[in-house]
Amino acid sequence: MRLVRLWPENSHFDFMRFRRFSFPLSAVISILTAVMLLTGGLNFGIDFRGGTLMEIQAKSGQANVGQIRQTAEGFGFGDVEVQEFGTAGEVSLRFPIQEGGEAAQASVVQKARDTFGTDYEFRRVETVGPRVSGELVQSGTIGVVLSVIAVLFYLWFRFERELAVASIIGTLHDIVLTIGFFVITGHEFNMTSIAAILTIVGYSLNETVVVFDRTRELMRRYKTMPAEELLNLSINHTMSRTVMTAATTALSLLALVLFGGQAIQGFAQVMLYGVVICTYSAICISSPMLIYIGLRGSESVKVPEGRAAAAE
Amino acid sequence: MLRFSRSKIIATVAIIVIGLLLAVPSTMNREQRQAFLNAVPSWVPSWLVPSRAIVLGLDLQGGSHVLLEVDAQDLMRTQVTTLRDDVRRILRDTRVSSQNGIQTVQRGVQIRVPEAADRDRLLPRLRELAQPTGNAILGQAGGNTIDINTTPDGVITLTYSEIGTTERVRRAVDQSIEVIRRRIDSTGTTEPSIQRQGADRVLVQVPGLQDPQQLKALLGETGNLEFRLLAQAGATDVDMLPMQDAGGQRVPVERRIIAEGGDLTDAQPAFDTQTNQPIVNFRFNIRGAQRFGQATTENLGRQLAIVLDNQVISAPTIQSPITGGSGQISGSFTVEQVNNLAVLLRSGALPAKLTIVEERTVGPGLGRDSIQAGKMATYVAGIFVIIFMFVTYGLFGLFANIALLVHVGLIFGLMSVLEATLTLPGIAGIVLTIGTAVDSNVLIYERIREEVRAGRSIVSGIQAGFDRAFATIVDSNSTMAIAAVILFFLGSGPVRGFAVVFILGILTTVLTAVTLTRMMIALWYHWMRPKVLPF
Repeated sequence: MRLVRLWPENSHFDFMRFRRFSFPLSAVISILTAVMLLTGGLNFGIDFRGGTLMEIQAKSGQANVGQIRQTAEGFGFGDVEVQEFGTAGEVSLRFPIQEGGEAAQASVVQKARDTFGTDYEFRRVETVGPRVSGELVQSGTIGVVLSVIAVLFYLWFRFERELAVASIIGTLHDIVLTIGFFVITGHEFNMTSIAAILTIVGYSLNETVVVFDRTRELMRRYKTMPAEELLNLSINHTMSRTVMTAATTALSLLALVLFGGQAIQGFAQVMLYGVVICTYSAICISSPMLIYIGLRGSESVKVPEGRAAAAE
Repeated sequence: MLRFSRSKIIATVAIIVIGLLLAVPSTMNREQRQAFLNAVPSWVPSWLVPSRAIVLGLDLQGGSHVLLEVDAQDLMRTQVTTLRDDVRRILRDTRVSSQNGIQTVQRGVQIRVPEAADRDRLLPRLRELAQPTGNAILGQAGGNTIDINTTPDGVITLTYSEIGTTERVRRAVDQSIEVIRRRIDSTGTTEPSIQRQGADRVLVQVPGLQDPQQLKALLGETGNLEFRLLAQAGATDVDMLPMQDAGGQRVPVERRIIAEGGDLTDAQPAFDTQTNQPIVNFRFNIRGAQRFGQATTENLGRQLAIVLDNQVISAPTIQSPITGGSGQISGSFTVEQVNNLAVLLRSGALPAKLTIVEERTVGPGLGRDSIQAGKMATYVAGIFVIIFMFVTYGLFGLFANIALLVHVGLIFGLMSVLEATLTLPGIAGIVLTIGTAVDSNVLIYERIREEVRAGRSIVSGIQAGFDRAFATIVDSNSTMAIAAVILFFLGSGPVRGFAVVFILGILTTVLTAVTLTRMMIALWYHWMRPKVLPF
């Protein structure tokens, strides 16, 4: 049987050259993300914004979205977002948080159940009060910050300082670009998104660590090899594994996107994007970053003048 | 060289077989599981039979998740009222009078006693009110529940201390859990889970509950019942309380409490034999019966006030002394209302109002659909990865695939034994680990290929591949574990389910992708003695 090879053996590809495109590209996306985050912000789900989310399904299989919208707006609970999804007459309704503290939220659910209960089945009802949503924002932020700190410590113990700095830059890059995915696409940002971001942090680091483990090994073997060449060699050596793992992970996430159902699709889409970003950043951001940080501590690697200028 | 001792093989296989057997109960439904347990011969010790199973999260089996918070302000209000009553009683007992009465201040009360001699009599009694906190037996130092401050001009302030307040909230949560359990149990709901969460919250999870309206109605009432007297004209010590079904009209009610909910031994819904109205029959304990009998004898012809949660629900006229210790509450109730009222009275009062701060309900239909979708995604992901590994690595891919299947089986086994909760994000975690679990195999195989290409013999290439890749495998799994552990401590409910799967997946991958694969390759080598790598 002829086996499939996704990446040729003994490749000698000049990956470091990519930094001329990848650095500006990532910089532009990061800035765009920051600008959009400041102007528009994230499309927070009820976990973080508070409010009430309902998913109802027409018992007849055919939902009348227009009528639902009209009726729900007539409740006087503020702006209602009504959306149809799926194929079997499923509709989601999102009500904003109600004035009057925790107890006020319950009246929304009661009113909706009384009104739509006869024609629609209530498949999901979630109400998050103002206090809980505030805490979820807090714990979500703490989680992301903590994970970066924990990772920093791990890298500090496990790797040389230069490699640790480069990988943390890569991880931060991936977090920023993932948040960019949310602001640019307007994807709903909720507690599951935090789970996705943390998983991406893990995966991002995993990718960098695999390359840098090899870099470290090669550094000991080829004591005088210039950084650029050494990094290219590390990536070429590990590329067949990178491609394989990215492929298997992407395949299983694709299965989730296609068959996992509406509730899990959002998470799977973000993760799928994350796998692409993490693979890209390990090769095109963290590794070339080492050319500038210097590979061997004080004995920094000299970059030819012309190339450094071109990279900027 | 590439040797795998017999004892090591036995140990590896044994661990895997046990792990997979542990997953067996989770593949059955409740009835099958019971039948399976009954079918096991009695001479087999029970600890040998896998009986624990994975618990499905509410998002998969459908049900209601309600997070309640003890209303600390309400609690403090009640506390201050009690404190004021105590202070009034002590003033009366010691025959000391306070200038300008008893003032309510932030978290406490204030009195003014200018005479030093009076204060000397009063203060020791007041100090008795302050209980020490902390645990004296364990030698934990704690402050007092109440701080008492005296100024030279005779102003005495009693306030609940910070410690006293937190202590009180903690106790209130404990009491609330008990009361909630009694209330939910008496409605016949199956398998509710009631847990403390954080300092001041109670999480109630009821599987299978579609509309938590009744549950919320049951938990929304404090259930504090008092028997008092409607005040007569000119009375001073009165509360103005709203009267039920009187359009918000308020009536004066004496502050003195004749008997209260805690004095009841039983309460049952019933119908009035004459009017056929739904009523609640109740029975007092001895103390309650005595006090109630005395009060009704002394106040013939006056109106009683039955007060529930500061609302007068009924005000019957006392026709004759009630000394038998039982009575009834009538009012304009529906059948459902008297049912709930009887439950409230039987289970006792909540120490403070509970507020619903979060509610998540999933209908059984959505749960079923989610399980279906999750299974589908898992199978498809499995098939994708298995085919992909096979066409890339051939026989070695097959080894990796066997390891992958064992890996997923072991996750289920571990989750069963821990009785962990499988949620929808948990399923996503399983699908994701299917993709990432083969990473270790890929690392090893690519390394083997590289070593052999560099001129090593097949045996030493395989050996070196495993050894060199291992450091990287440890690194890459540790980094994943860091993120997963943080997610576990941070997340709640469904998201935590994802973290559990992910952590277990990282643990089992080392056993399956490294040890099991290595064993299979070693055995294969000894049987086939290949000259070239099969990939």
